[in-house]
Amino acid sequence: MLELQEVKKSFPQWDGTRLEILDIPYFSMEAGEQVVLVGKSGSGKTTLLHIIAGISRPDSGYVRFDGWDITLLSEAECDRFRAKRIGYVFQTFNLLPGFTALENVLLSMTFADGWPDKARAKYLLERVGLGHRLTHKPPMLSVGEQQRVAVARALANNPRLILADEPTANVDTGHQQQIIDLLRETCEEEKVALLLVTHSPEVARQFPKIVRLEEINQVGKRPIMEPVDHQVGS
Amino acid sequence: MSLWKIAWRSMEQRALASWLTAISVAFGVALVVAVLVIHSVVDRSFRRGAQGYDLIVGAKGSSLQLVLDTVFYLGQPVDTIPYSYYREFTEGRFVPAVRVAIPICTGHDYQGFRAVATTPEMFDRLTYLDNRPYEFIEGRNFYTENPFECVVGYTVARKLGIKIGQEIRPTGQGQVGGAVHEDEPFTVVGILAPTGTPNDRAIFLNLEGFFQCESHVAGPSFEEQVLKDTTFSASGSTVSGSTPSFPADSDRPTEPAEIRSVEESSSAKLNAGNEADSAAKINSARDPASAGEGAAGHTDGHSPEWGEACTHHDHGHHDHGHHDHADSDEHRRLSAILVVTDIDNNAQLAMSLPRVINEEPFAQAVHPARVIAELFDGIVGNVQLLLLILAILVVIVAGIGIMVSIYNSMSERRHEIAIMRALGASRSTVMAIILTESILLSLGGGLLGTFMGHTLVGFLSPVIAEQTGVIVRAFDFQLVELVLIPGLIVLATIVGYLPAVAAYRTDVAKALIAAP
Repeated sequence: MLELQEVKKSFPQWDGTRLEILDIPYFSMEAGEQVVLVGKSGSGKTTLLHIIAGISRPDSGYVRFDGWDITLLSEAECDRFRAKRIGYVFQTFNLLPGFTALENVLLSMTFADGWPDKARAKYLLERVGLGHRLTHKPPMLSVGEQQRVAVARALANNPRLILADEPTANVDTGHQQQIIDLLRETCEEEKVALLLVTHSPEVARQFPKIVRLEEINQVGKRPIMEPVDHQVGS
Repeated sequence: MSLWKIAWRSMEQRALASWLTAISVAFGVALVVAVLVIHSVVDRSFRRGAQGYDLIVGAKGSSLQLVLDTVFYLGQPVDTIPYSYYREFTEGRFVPAVRVAIPICTGHDYQGFRAVATTPEMFDRLTYLDNRPYEFIEGRNFYTENPFECVVGYTVARKLGIKIGQEIRPTGQGQVGGAVHEDEPFTVVGILAPTGTPNDRAIFLNLEGFFQCESHVAGPSFEEQVLKDTTFSASGSTVSGSTPSFPADSDRPTEPAEIRSVEESSSAKLNAGNEADSAAKINSARDPASAGEGAAGHTDGHSPEWGEACTHHDHGHHDHGHHDHADSDEHRRLSAILVVTDIDNNAQLAMSLPRVINEEPFAQAVHPARVIAELFDGIVGNVQLLLLILAILVVIVAGIGIMVSIYNSMSERRHEIAIMRALGASRSTVMAIILTESILLSLGGGLLGTFMGHTLVGFLSPVIAEQTGVIVRAFDFQLVELVLIPGLIVLATIVGYLPAVAAYRTDVAKALIAAP
């Protein structure tokens, strides 16, 4: 379903040089697979998720998703592709504060195909245990509840893959497991693949497949083929 | 969810800034609306002030002054014309072209309101607005046979608290205390219903009573002498069975020195009238030396059509009364005659009437509607344009306020835009959301401003009514206000463009990582 080949990503620095972040020769995921991605802070986990989601473009390489190379899609096509096939759960929830829980879910549907399915939005919110919070705006919800809305929002468009970027990092300890369970259960129910980034070994241990970014990222490991003037960072 | 709802939520979130921005637009729009409504109503009221008649006949001079004095009771009174000239419209040579002629004598005041001497026909035969008859909310019209009766306009009655039966003594303009009319007061017999015309602000005296006050009459003037001669000649031809024709009267002298030649001409015409009934024959029989150069030219140029039309008109207006009136008329002066031409039955004559009158050495005929239109388009229209430009500038400044408000909020909403983008919204979608918000703010402000503008008009209407006699209703909507809708949308699109482009350019990855 998802296949990355020779994906490289670097960012420009103030001194004009480029900071290499990612150099991934190969990474893949199967449909419905649940994978946890672990790595040090600043190792490029979020950047990798952005590349998979099409939010950032790699400097080179291929990102194939269901047979489409999303690096070849135009930006607008990529936006639609992301809206329809990829759900995103952020570390900071990133709910829109002016919209109710239900509207946050509907908004995601609007951007996908313009026809929000209110019944499904309600179902998803009930599924994450927020049937009684439909009309509440994010500031009126607890952090745990906000992240559950984010999970419902990520599932709204029947995606093929959910990218969860440290979804429990900002959730109180008591609710962290609840969020992980919810993500794993709903992804199983909806037959959605899950790529979850975490720092927590407890969380990582629950997943059948653990990928360490340091293992797949070749930044600084490959022999230098040509003179480079940039700094290699982690 | 529609873009409207997304934009609305965004505005809700920044409620205070949104309200302030919309209110600044509202103020601008309120000004535009107030200017448009007041201008339009004042314009209409001014233009319709002279409705009900087509021509004002008065002394030679400024046509504008004649119209201001006669229609709006403003400015200085104009020079006068002899009363006997009025008879030309009721009994004399102009009858075929005239349906109604009302004599008017201005130049008098009563406690700050104009006193106008006229005949009861002013209200019996003239109409206002779209053929609405004048009505009395109290009392009745004055009667010719009761010389010292008068009626008052609605505003006058209301402001001065005048009641039926009250006696009033108008004074000549510039005079103090009413010394002129110490002899006989006028009794109020009727109060006119409000008309929205300057007539609400005037008092109408019976012309008969007015003339009975000695100070309103003067000795026979040069014109009167001229008229006397020509009138006699016209009546002479009428009595003899001939059609009184325009050429017989058109060759008026332009210089006093020609009076003698007119007399000769008149006698020639009298003779001609006895022998023939066609204008052409009158002309051919006329002594060539009898007319001035200009007058002769006019006569030759215009007499056939007037004469021809007259021959078609079998009028039964034999003016047997001329000689009877002559003595009393001699000293009477009018400031104007309101004329309704008989355009239906005698279009050709009616249309040539102003030209014929304008050829007189002492009189002019003015189309009040035309003069008012010129005044409005030339002066009042420019003032209104200036006000409108200022008001539009206020709206534009308010529009820039929208831009500043949205643009300032861009830093905080950049994160929201990035979230929307991450959820799959395209660049053009987030741009459209910002533009929609700009349009909502300006249209919302526009709606509020329209309401405020009309409310402002409502507050101003008593002042406008007091000052001008024009009745402005608060919710008197103008069709031109509809232009505001596309205008505001265009403005919102222009001012929303800059922040929209900022939204379009938002770097999603960077903005997502940045703290919300």
